[in-house]
Amino acid sequence: MQLTDEERSILEGAKGPTLRKAMESVVLYGETFKAERLVPMEHAVHLVTSFGIPMLTPVFSIMDELIQGGIKPGKPFTVDPRPMDFKNVPCSLIERLVFKKIMYGKQEEYERQLLATGLAGEDAFTCTCYLKEVGNTPKRGDILAWAESSAVVYANSVLGARSNRNSGVIELLCGVVGKAPHFGLLTDEGRKASWVIDLRTSKLPEAQILGSAIGMKVIEDVPYIKGLSRFLGNDITDDVSDYLKDMGAASASNGAVGLFHVDGLTPEARDEGEKLILPQSQTYVIDDAEIERVKAGYPVMWKNPNAKPALAFIGCPHLSLHQLIAWVSRLESGLAASGRKSLAVSTVFTAAPQVVKAFKAQAELYERFVRTGARLSSICPLMYMNNPLASKKAVATNSNKLRTYTTARYYTDEEITAIVTGGK
Amino acid sequence: MERIFKGRPVMPGNASGKAVKSRQGMNTLASFQKSVLAKKKTVICSDQNNPDLYGKELTGKVICLPKTIGSTTGGMILQTVAEMGLGPLALLFSEPIDSLAAAGVILAAVWNERKVVTVDGLGEEFLSFVQDGMSIDISEDGTIRISDTSHL
Repeated sequence: MQLTDEERSILEGAKGPTLRKAMESVVLYGETFKAERLVPMEHAVHLVTSFGIPMLTPVFSIMDELIQGGIKPGKPFTVDPRPMDFKNVPCSLIERLVFKKIMYGKQEEYERQLLATGLAGEDAFTCTCYLKEVGNTPKRGDILAWAESSAVVYANSVLGARSNRNSGVIELLCGVVGKAPHFGLLTDEGRKASWVIDLRTSKLPEAQILGSAIGMKVIEDVPYIKGLSRFLGNDITDDVSDYLKDMGAASASNGAVGLFHVDGLTPEARDEGEKLILPQSQTYVIDDAEIERVKAGYPVMWKNPNAKPALAFIGCPHLSLHQLIAWVSRLESGLAASGRKSLAVSTVFTAAPQVVKAFKAQAELYERFVRTGARLSSICPLMYMNNPLASKKAVATNSNKLRTYTTARYYTDEEITAIVTGGK
Repeated sequence: MERIFKGRPVMPGNASGKAVKSRQGMNTLASFQKSVLAKKKTVICSDQNNPDLYGKELTGKVICLPKTIGSTTGGMILQTVAEMGLGPLALLFSEPIDSLAAAGVILAAVWNERKVVTVDGLGEEFLSFVQDGMSIDISEDGTIRISDTSHL
């Protein structure tokens, strides 16, 4: 890799051992992928590691080294959601003990480390840092080093920024040296599609299932999706942004997709069209039967597959304000249909702290939401489900990411609405 | 019978161990998290979506796979299990290594002085040939020798 004089001197230890190791990690990482140089980052990083699990000692040690050396990324950064929220998420006394003393026993200490290394503030905990209410919103062409898979795929695909799917810690170290290795999704060539997704469904598929199908098929390759703008149109409206957010998150967790193009819709596809498709590309046809096949293939990990759900999580990745508002009417319609006054299943909706504030500011809507009995939190449902006690519960979700990493059972929006409102 | 394959040493080293094979991408978080969180002394794969690895021991094994997939905490998890002594002995990729696995083995080497010997680009034939339990010798230059002693 061609390094500048300054980069080489850091690598040789001129600015101390911690920056030397940070630079060595970033350079080795780049060389593995044949990056020819490092490129300056024009935007803040977003970290994936938001949880103080005591055994993550390598992470805490690196943070300590950075703090001791007075080293931090150049711009304030955001981080994934907190793993605990006892006020808004149902937790037994034993669960609280397990979470606070065992699972996330280092949470307070780790949050102090995050603030000391440049976290944007107490409210900077969300996986949807790119939403306007949160403000870590890159623009087209910005070079990033992000890690959270759902944020990376959204930033690349919907905003047209450029980030590789970096691992946790590497993104922090890129932020510390202020540069990212130029390879993969940072390059024009790396953003070309090697798969064409030929969508032939009779109606708009559930975003979470379509994303899952694409992810499981293309793994980490770039798909170019044809046939989706039939349903979504050619503008990224709030509805479309929400759909692409959830589809992308499912493709990133069920596979390793870091970028997708949607014909006639996403920024690069609108400009370059099918020129983005590589000559030797493969094609994956998705029709109604394929959507059904993929959904039927999800294993049910509940101890009793016929159990009544004890808890439901809606919002992994975190919901946008637009989605939260839409859920109010959906819950009310479900309750009207079932004849109930409040939800039949304890249901937690999750969104960024800033989105929660904006939602609460719409007092009438928020009051209607509260009246249904729904709960609102900024927790990371995935981190909650990692609690061995929580994983024994029958938890329902409309998130394919949560399904993939935990024992939560996936339902479509329509199905989960019926379940939580007592209609099924 | 012995077969020899040659790949690119990403984290070079000499190592010998038993193979565990995944025909699909290994989801690092889903595979390691349950045992790590439960403070087990050895990692049993907990990825319900990976029928090749689910329920099998990963600690100290030579994991043969196309690539790793899933959450971007993957590299950090690899670094952590390596630091804890719970990691695989080696990772042998049939395809070019992915960014998460690369980060994990680099972070473990640079910050914790723990080496997970890693070779990539071994090809589809390598992954077709290797089976669970086969003995694998890895040389520093990326040469892989596989002996079928799984019946012994």
